[in-house]
Amino acid sequence: MGGRLGFIGQRLVKAVFVILGIIVLNFLLIRLAPGDPALVLAGEAGAADPKFVDDLRREFGLDQPVWRQLMIYMGGILSGDLGFSYRQKAPILDLILQRLPQTILLTGTALAFAIVVGVSLGAMAARRVGSWADSIITTLALLVYAMPQFWLGLMLVLLFGVQLGWLPTFGMNTINSGFTGIDHALDVARHLVLPSLTLGLFFMAVYARLTRASMLEVADLDFVRTGRAKGLAEGRVQRRYILRNALLPVVTYAGLQAGYLVGGSILIETVFAWPGIGRLAFEAVLVRDYNLLLGIFIIASVLVIAFNLLTDILYTVVDPRIELGT
Amino acid sequence: MASRRQVLGSAAALLAGGTMGMPRLARAQQKRGGVLTAILNPEPPLLVLGLNQQAPTQLVAGKIYQGLLRYDFALKPLPSLAKSWTVSPDGLTYTFRLEEGVKWHDGAPFTADDVVFSCAKFLPEVHPRARATFERCESITAADKFTVVFKLKAPFEPFLYAFLPAGAPMMPKHIYDGTDYRANPKNATPIGTGPFKFREWVKGSHITLVRNDEYWKPGRPFLDGVTYRVIPDAAARALAVETGQVDLAQGNDVEAFDVPRLAKLAHLELSTKGYETVAPISWIEINHRTAPFSDKRFRQAMMHAIDRDFIVKNIFFGLGRPASGPINTATRFHDAKAIKRYPYDLKRAEVLLDEMGLRPGAGGVRARIKMMVLPYGEVWVRQAEYVKQALRRVGIDVTLESNDAGGWVKRIGDWDYETSFDFVSQFMDPAMGVARTYISSNIRKGVPFTNTMGYVNPRVDELFDKAPKQTDPAKAQAMYSEVQAILTEDVPVVWLTELEFPVLINKRFRNVNIDANGPNSEFDEAHLA
Repeated sequence: MGGRLGFIGQRLVKAVFVILGIIVLNFLLIRLAPGDPALVLAGEAGAADPKFVDDLRREFGLDQPVWRQLMIYMGGILSGDLGFSYRQKAPILDLILQRLPQTILLTGTALAFAIVVGVSLGAMAARRVGSWADSIITTLALLVYAMPQFWLGLMLVLLFGVQLGWLPTFGMNTINSGFTGIDHALDVARHLVLPSLTLGLFFMAVYARLTRASMLEVADLDFVRTGRAKGLAEGRVQRRYILRNALLPVVTYAGLQAGYLVGGSILIETVFAWPGIGRLAFEAVLVRDYNLLLGIFIIASVLVIAFNLLTDILYTVVDPRIELGT
Repeated sequence: MASRRQVLGSAAALLAGGTMGMPRLARAQQKRGGVLTAILNPEPPLLVLGLNQQAPTQLVAGKIYQGLLRYDFALKPLPSLAKSWTVSPDGLTYTFRLEEGVKWHDGAPFTADDVVFSCAKFLPEVHPRARATFERCESITAADKFTVVFKLKAPFEPFLYAFLPAGAPMMPKHIYDGTDYRANPKNATPIGTGPFKFREWVKGSHITLVRNDEYWKPGRPFLDGVTYRVIPDAAARALAVETGQVDLAQGNDVEAFDVPRLAKLAHLELSTKGYETVAPISWIEINHRTAPFSDKRFRQAMMHAIDRDFIVKNIFFGLGRPASGPINTATRFHDAKAIKRYPYDLKRAEVLLDEMGLRPGAGGVRARIKMMVLPYGEVWVRQAEYVKQALRRVGIDVTLESNDAGGWVKRIGDWDYETSFDFVSQFMDPAMGVARTYISSNIRKGVPFTNTMGYVNPRVDELFDKAPKQTDPAKAQAMYSEVQAILTEDVPVVWLTELEFPVLINKRFRNVNIDANGPNSEFDEAHLA
């Protein structure tokens, strides 16, 4: 137990340095590109004069030397202030917290769907390897895996949104509907189907293939043969001996994906007008909203590190032979 | 002459009262109720029109804030917050009589003090175009509670074109006076005099406006509200219009290639009106500071080498007109007869390049140039690819350069380019949006949308200076005609297209697009069919 706490402590200390590195590096990198947020605003306005640009730079603090801007920013970070969005005129933390739940809802649903369906299909295919069910699952998984997400999304929209008219094609809820409680939840669920399916199908294919391959590998190991020789029921062998031991790569991949996905899926959030953090980051890049972008990087880094740590801890649950800190 | 015409015009406006400019056909039976859902893309940074005039801001804030005047499709000024106006015979004094009984959305009365505050204090501080306009005023005063007098330092005939909602939005004095305008906490909940009040902004999703029940025009607005949905993907926007999930798409919401298909749908109506106040022209901007760009024959050769009809037909799918000169045909003082024409003529282009001594070298290349692509959407990339191919036919080898928006503005402003695509709005009168590109006093490094080419012609400077001071429109026209002749001879930029934008409206609604400000307008006459 002490080893586990020590391991977590070590990882947290390392995480602080990683995050500081991310902040400084990104702070400087983003300023290397020509142009700044004041010029972007001037460009979009289609009219500007020197006072307009100078006033904006002063307002954004961009009239200060870069090193001083960095010191001010770091000072803010240490006191828990992620700064203010040039563009959206709102505190960064508020903006991120407004969008993060939507992204977690979308990616969480997609990931849950992908893991449950993907692992089930993978296990089914592995158990009946060489059968028609295996062939269908393997072929479908390959097809979905190879299909570009934007195209898959568009096809789903055309089928369910336009041809059949069953599902809305964009947004997170029906505006001005007056829905509350369960009606609101159902409305959000209807809007969630297409984006989460588009995002989840790709990962489902990955998990199906991963589970199948991993289970086939484990099935050949000695302890499985021993289990069967002891006369254990085939279902128990499959679930407790093979599937459980085959899950390690799935857990690894899911941990990596979860960390990556909390940063939002720019593509899916854009195609389906889903108000998540991926789109927020993309828009921040386009308009050079330095503070917002850095804020998203910081939050995303923290979440990636947290998910990696969680994955390591999950290893010990899935396979008790693994000890943390060793 | 001009002042007399304007006085007569204002008298007519007085007689017509608040209904001036309202389509007669629609006056009969409007249905009250309904919410119009429109596309919003991209999401605006804020909704305070005095502080930000970007296209998406204008769309939403144009329902919240108002100007003193509106303009019909022919750019004739119409009453809005100002119910009448007069211009003194010497062209120096503009007197506006305001509507009485107008209230801000928070219930405070709108008076002449608000107009004086907006035009003399707020806008000159934060609004570049308004600053240029109101710097021309010697004084802006309230003659009484509902009368405002603008005294100009020198005659400026286009002064009446400065009062578009986005050009000079009226801002509430009681909220902003004595504060830091940009940091005012009320910026999050904009307060205007318009027919719709701000209700909710869910970032990344939608903005909701609701009917202003205290609106000053009796019985208006008809709609219960207007909702703007943020839809970042072009294909999703087209589908949203097609499936009736949104009722209105405007500007660049729908890709040009999708417009003909959508326009054929039974529930949609297409119009290209409603952008006369901006009337932008797209062009190739040319840095005159280096060879071969400093030689006008090179620029003329480019004009001849590009098929502008092809661009309109195949890149903008018929939306727009080939541009032939500096003043848009929708802008005041355009003179088709004064313009030197450059028909699509590859032979003529080659002759001009030959005269310059630019003979074909290896691979038939006469000159290698760099061209920045506009970073505002795919249609500009397609145009750039066509121009690259077109110029290659006369031996000009183009290397296209891509930048993001910040980088592009920086390079244009810093004159760090050879050639670049651009488009610039004209704001109804040459003095408002055309002169700034060509006059030498506007060569200002670091500032976009100025004379970034470095074009200098003293006669052009003189004409652009004198024309707006003429109170006789015939004299102004003569000067602007001469400017158009000179500029089309000099070709400071390679004009490409007079841009038009599609407005797709669900036929469930009527009277949505009724003036030169189109979808940016108030929608106080819009109603269910």
